[in-house]
Amino acid sequence: MDCKYQLKDGCMRISMPKEVDHHNAEQLKKEADLLIGAYHIQKLIFDFAGTEFMDSSGIGVVIGRCKHMGYSGGEVSAEHLNERIQKIFVVSGLHKIIKVT
Amino acid sequence: MSNRMQVEFDAKSVNEGFARVAVAAFLTQLNPTLDEIADVKTAVSEAVTNAIIHGYEDREGQVYLSCEISGDTATIIVEDKGVGMRDVKQALQPFYTTKPDLERSGMGFAFMEAFMDDMEVESVLGSGTKVTMKKKIGAKEDVD
Repeated sequence: MDCKYQLKDGCMRISMPKEVDHHNAEQLKKEADLLIGAYHIQKLIFDFAGTEFMDSSGIGVVIGRCKHMGYSGGEVSAEHLNERIQKIFVVSGLHKIIKVT
Repeated sequence: MSNRMQVEFDAKSVNEGFARVAVAAFLTQLNPTLDEIADVKTAVSEAVTNAIIHGYEDREGQVYLSCEISGDTATIIVEDKGVGMRDVKQALQPFYTTKPDLERSGMGFAFMEAFMDDMEVESVLGSGTKVTMKKKIGAKEDVD
């Protein structure tokens, strides 16, 4: 899967895969949670620069990580949304829950 | 003009991508906009994911997907022979999910409704669920 994690000073940037659906969401969740816990991540950035497709499974990924980060007082944001991903964020209301830049 | 296709595949998550691409490819004959195709792909992905996660609860089974073009309207049917639903009306409520543990957002049906023109759900407890979605392709020019 083309998902990459960059860690620096308690900040993690997740380069989201080309397609975010139920199929690849599962592994992504597990990996992200492991890293968030192991490296005491305080700031999490979902980078959608390479993402062309996302369904509601992706909403679950983002909200789930927000909850996880919330327990430790962390901060979550999303970047580089194309028009399509923006639409998914707006329809789901996700843009009101996390910072989108 | 009318044209129809039907595919049947195993209820495996890896087939979610196949299902949405198959429908998108079939619909190219209607000259859809990129936005229309993206809407349909999202809706198909939601319906097929539901069949796999909820219908079959990750057990083995078959998902039946068909797409019919009639004039400029596409009718997509996603059917499973899984557990069915007791209360369809409740399942249609946004954010309602029976699987919060799996971090399901409860947005599946809301997405299907948002991205398609029409959606109907028939479900019989113990015998399966059928989702019928319609969308007029080329209905509107992209504003802005």
